[in-house]
Amino acid sequence: MVVRVQETAFDLGAEVKGFAEGCKNAGAVVTFTGLVRDLASGNLDRMLIEHYPGMTEKALSEIEAEAVKRWSLDDSLIIHRHGSLLPGEIIMMVATASKHRKDAFEAAEFLMDYLKSRAPFWKQEFTSEGAEWVESKSEDEAALGRWS
Amino acid sequence: MIDVLYFAWVRERIGVPKESVDTQATSVTELVAELSAREERYAMAFSDISALRVAVDQELSEFDAPLQGVREVAFFPPMTGG
Repeated sequence: MVVRVQETAFDLGAEVKGFAEGCKNAGAVVTFTGLVRDLASGNLDRMLIEHYPGMTEKALSEIEAEAVKRWSLDDSLIIHRHGSLLPGEIIMMVATASKHRKDAFEAAEFLMDYLKSRAPFWKQEFTSEGAEWVESKSEDEAALGRWS
Repeated sequence: MIDVLYFAWVRERIGVPKESVDTQATSVTELVAELSAREERYAMAFSDISALRVAVDQELSEFDAPLQGVREVAFFPPMTGG
């Protein structure tokens, strides 16, 4: 169970390979990757991700610990970047490993749902017009309901 | 003394990321009222509490959370990770 919060980019392929190779007894590995999405207008210059050092790591570890209680997981990994990112860049990834795919899929979805609205990250989008804080979506909050 | 932290647009409105506050407030709500009475920039940032979230000692909390023994309180908008 690993949580990493970092400013630097990471190599998705190497991370997934390393994770899978470290789970010799797992039959299934599920990964999710989040990218910086351009705006509908196509004019996003960059995204700035702010976080709450200390609380971020704690919140992610707690979310991970909850997933381990609910599903049979061999391992899990969360990597989330902060700082300045360009459209198309990788923001974050989660990986889950389990004996069977069902636990790995469900746990990965659970981690993503909680991470989106319970881990202290805030996104700000920069265009030539200025900067806008990304607003949270009510459906992200509603998504938590299915796990209670 | 309590360390008070602000993030995202709350930080921008208040103008500092962090400050030490000398307060007798016994709950987060009281702390918010105390700061809001102090200066307009706080009153602006805290004008709609329903748009804010609070963490007490780095745990998400409610605004009626007590402050006894607390070292750190953070105010921020709903989170947008992932």
